[in-house]
Amino acid sequence: MIAIVDYGVGNLFSLTSSLRALGLETEVTRQAERLRAAERIILPGVGAFGDARAKLDAAGLVPVLLEEAGRKPLLGICLGMQLLFERSFEYGEHPGLGLIPGEVAFLGEDLKDQALKVPHMGWNSLEVLRDDPLFRHFRSGEYVYYVHSFYARKCGESTLGTSQYGSVAVTGVVRRGNVWGMQFHPEKSGDAGLRLLRAFAEV
Amino acid sequence: MLAKRIIPCLDVRDGRVVKGTNFEGLRDMADPVELARYYNESGADELVFYDITASAEGRGLFTDILRQVASEIFIPLTVGGGIRTLEDFDRVLKCGADKVSVNSGAIANPSIIAAAAKRYGDQCVVLSMDVKRVEGQFRLFAKGGRVDTGIDAMEWAVRGVGDGAGEIVLNSIDTDGVKNGFDLEMLDALAGRVHVPIIASGGAGSREHFAQLFTHPGVDAGLAASIFHTRQVDIKELKRYLRSQGMEMRI
Repeated sequence: MIAIVDYGVGNLFSLTSSLRALGLETEVTRQAERLRAAERIILPGVGAFGDARAKLDAAGLVPVLLEEAGRKPLLGICLGMQLLFERSFEYGEHPGLGLIPGEVAFLGEDLKDQALKVPHMGWNSLEVLRDDPLFRHFRSGEYVYYVHSFYARKCGESTLGTSQYGSVAVTGVVRRGNVWGMQFHPEKSGDAGLRLLRAFAEV
Repeated sequence: MLAKRIIPCLDVRDGRVVKGTNFEGLRDMADPVELARYYNESGADELVFYDITASAEGRGLFTDILRQVASEIFIPLTVGGGIRTLEDFDRVLKCGADKVSVNSGAIANPSIIAAAAKRYGDQCVVLSMDVKRVEGQFRLFAKGGRVDTGIDAMEWAVRGVGDGAGEIVLNSIDTDGVKNGFDLEMLDALAGRVHVPIIASGGAGSREHFAQLFTHPGVDAGLAASIFHTRQVDIKELKRYLRSQGMEMRI
C-alpha cells in the first residue's frame, strides 16, 4: 500500500486517481500508524512552504516521516519535495525536514533573463543527469509539467535530473537514500509522469 | 525551455460538447469524455472545459463528466463557466480541476480573484476575457461576449494579475469563429502589459496560424475548439509541424 500524506495542503484527487489507474493500492491518511504500515509514502503539497510546514507540525507527522524515511521509499512531490530540504526562503526563512541537503529559493532571484515568467509553469523537458531506478521507464528529455515559483538549489550530488529554464537548471528530481523528490507534477505529466510513478512503486 | 502549449477547449452544455461561431448558433458535436480521451492520446498539452449550462441539472451533469475525465486523463485541466464564488471554485477543484477560469463572475465581483488566489494559489486562477475593438479601444465584454462592459480590457488584465490571476486567456471576439488567424495585435498589446502566461483564443483555422502565433514570444499557448473537434487540424500533426518550424513542442 502507498500512503499519501494528508495534511490539508492541496488537492489529492489527481494523485490518487493516477495511482489507481496504475493499479496501485493507495490510502490517503494523516495517521502515524498508517504511515508505519505502508510500503511507500508520498508527501504531496501545493501552496506556501511556511504554511505547509506549520500544518505538517500541527498534524504531528514530522517525527514519523523522519523515522519512516530511513525504512521505506518516500517521494515528495512539488511543495512536498521542497519540504525535504534543509530550509526555504519563501517569505522569510523556514526549516525543512532536512532529509536532503539543499535549500529552496525564489526562482526569479537566479534568472538572468527578466523577460522569463515566474511561476515556471508548463511542460519542460527533464534531462537525466544520473541514472536511477526511478528512470527505469523514462527517457531523458521527455516532458513533465511544472508549476512553481521557488526551486531547490545547492543540492549537490542528490540532483538526478534538471530542466533548463533560461539561465537556471531547475532541480527536477532528487534522491538521497530512500528519499526521492520531484518538483514537477508526475500526476499531471501524461504518460511520462505515470511511468515515473510506476517506477517509484517498483523501487 | 518551456514548450508552447496546444489546448483544445470543450464547451459543454447539458452533458454534450458544443461549439458556435461568433458565440451564436451552437451545434452539438460530441461526448466530452470520449473527446477528452481522444485529445489525451493525440498529444493535447492541457484541456479546457467550459460549462455553458444554465440549469442545475446540467451543472450536476457537468461535474460528473469532469470527475470522470479527471480520473482517467492526467494532463492539466482548466474549468470555467458560471464561476462566481469560492464555493464554485471548490466544487470544480474537488472534481479534479487544476485551474479555474473566471470571466463574467469576476466582472460582477472583482474581489473573487484575490480571494481565490489567496485560498488556492495564483497558479489556480485563470482570468478569461472576451475582448472586442470598440471606438479604437480593446473593450471587455461580459456574458459570453454579449454585453459591452465599457471597461478597458488591458486595464482589466493588469488589475486581475495584480490581484493574483496566474494566467490569462484572451479571446478575441473580432477573430473568434472566423478562422483567419489569431488576433496578434490584441495579443501583443496584452503581452506588453502583463507578465503571466497568455493563452491565445479565437481565430485558429490552420496550422500556419499557430506557427504565426508562436513567433510572438509573449504568447505561451494556443487554444481552439471546432478545428480540433472536426479534426480539420490534427494535434499530433500540428505539433510535429510546429517542431519542424523550430518551435519547442512536447511530442
